[in-house]
Amino acid sequence: MFKLPVYMDNNSTTRTDPRVLEAMMPYFTEKFGNSASRNHAYGWESEEGVDLAREQVGSLINSSSKEIIFTSGATESNNLAIKGVASMYKKKGNHIISAVTEHKAVIDTCMRLERDGCKVTFLPVDKFGLVSPQQVADAITDKTILVSIMAANNEIGTIHPMKEIGAICKAKGVLFHTDATQTVGKIPMDVEEMGIDLLSMTAHKMYGPKGIGALYVRRKDPRVRLDAMVDGGGHERGMRSGTLNVTGIVGMGMAAEICRKEMHTESERLLKLRNRLHKGITDKLEDAYLNGHPVHRLPGNLNISFAFVEGEGLMMGIKDVAVSSGSACTSASLEPSYVLKALGLGDELAHSSIRFGLGRFNTEEEVDFVMNDVVRAVNHLRDMSPLYEMHRQGIDLKTVQWAAH
Amino acid sequence: MAYSNKVLDHFNNPRNVGSFDRDDPSVGTGIVGAPECGDVMKLQIKVNPLTGLIEDAKFKTFGCGSAIASSSLATEWVKGKSIDEALGIRNTEIVEELALPPVKVHCSVLAEDAIKAAIKNLQDKQATVSQTVNS
Repeated sequence: MFKLPVYMDNNSTTRTDPRVLEAMMPYFTEKFGNSASRNHAYGWESEEGVDLAREQVGSLINSSSKEIIFTSGATESNNLAIKGVASMYKKKGNHIISAVTEHKAVIDTCMRLERDGCKVTFLPVDKFGLVSPQQVADAITDKTILVSIMAANNEIGTIHPMKEIGAICKAKGVLFHTDATQTVGKIPMDVEEMGIDLLSMTAHKMYGPKGIGALYVRRKDPRVRLDAMVDGGGHERGMRSGTLNVTGIVGMGMAAEICRKEMHTESERLLKLRNRLHKGITDKLEDAYLNGHPVHRLPGNLNISFAFVEGEGLMMGIKDVAVSSGSACTSASLEPSYVLKALGLGDELAHSSIRFGLGRFNTEEEVDFVMNDVVRAVNHLRDMSPLYEMHRQGIDLKTVQWAAH
Repeated sequence: MAYSNKVLDHFNNPRNVGSFDRDDPSVGTGIVGAPECGDVMKLQIKVNPLTGLIEDAKFKTFGCGSAIASSSLATEWVKGKSIDEALGIRNTEIVEELALPPVKVHCSVLAEDAIKAAIKNLQDKQATVSQTVNS
């Protein structure tokens, strides 16, 4: 058997791989030195650990280790990349291009810059959540200094055409940043082939610890410069001061190493599990719609709207499964997911969505358990749904005059 | 956010789920909320014409656990009450009984509105009937 509730929220965070924890342990105990201590063995051995991790992280995205700047996570990396470029290149221009489905760490950063005088274009997406390379090309002006488009979306798993967008940015001489939090370690990422100048990532989405992430900053063709946000001892090529989180960095390195070696077999396995879950659910339930792209999507991500059932109610109905919903009720605001709304989904189906995030530690038995539990709960809730009753009576819900509150 | 035991109880064992015939003259139907807001409640009351008491109630709800629990509780509370007594049920009493957190207060408001809407529907029906009889 397996432990309940079944954890299927791996787009939120992942369990630290035991091999990662094992690699980290000595750096809490014997090897506790400050990696910036240049004059004794404690410092040297910590620095060795950091150097190895930098190589491991760099290898995963085909960059040099010198181009990896360690941060506290992807939110900080996104802030540093976008604000750092806006400040450093303000004489060149003040226009930034991004997309409406980006993570809040990108959107809110861009909006702060807007208040400070930048112009930001948030590109709309198609019904699958895709921004096309042509949209990016059309939005670039002579004032554009940065394009920031996520590699894959955290809610719906849609993967953007990085290589094509990168080529356009290169041709127009605009820097290309990507929030690759969801793709690094999951699908191949290659900063050279994809023409990426800045790339944000975090360890805890790839079976590493929380509180550690990195920003890839290109060193040549072109050499990207950033204004630092944190001043101090000049660590990380002066872009991010502060004593290095050596244990976290070592863990992130090991996590990257494992992903690099196992990504191929792991993504194949996850894709099979995801397809099994998807088919199992849609074979037994009508009006269960896939959100996001059917093909260009993360192997472990499945996002489904169950019509006539509200997402939070459904999550309560499947209490033995840990997932996420795009329903308003799960967030502090009362608005449903802006990502799902951007697909043109309509608030009603956005309220009805569940995100299943499969990961390294999920098994086929767990998938079958989740599948059956979801089908049972949706049927139970539809039996008490006035919308389902109306639907069964042949009433078109779109024609009903609702007494909104 | 953890749910109270009472919310969980109503969610797992909802009371009075179902529907009456809307056209029955002794039935009042209230439908409140909207799908795009994430909550729709349908609450129905059946009034005994001789005693004037609500002898049965049913609900169906699209919404979160707190919305389902609020409407389930509302059907329990209106049963056996007169129309005036049912009109006296306040959302704050539902909040208290279910220990709803502040972000879920709107679920209780919706349940109170559903009771009122069902009663109004019944009264409108009866007014139409008596007009027809008088004319």
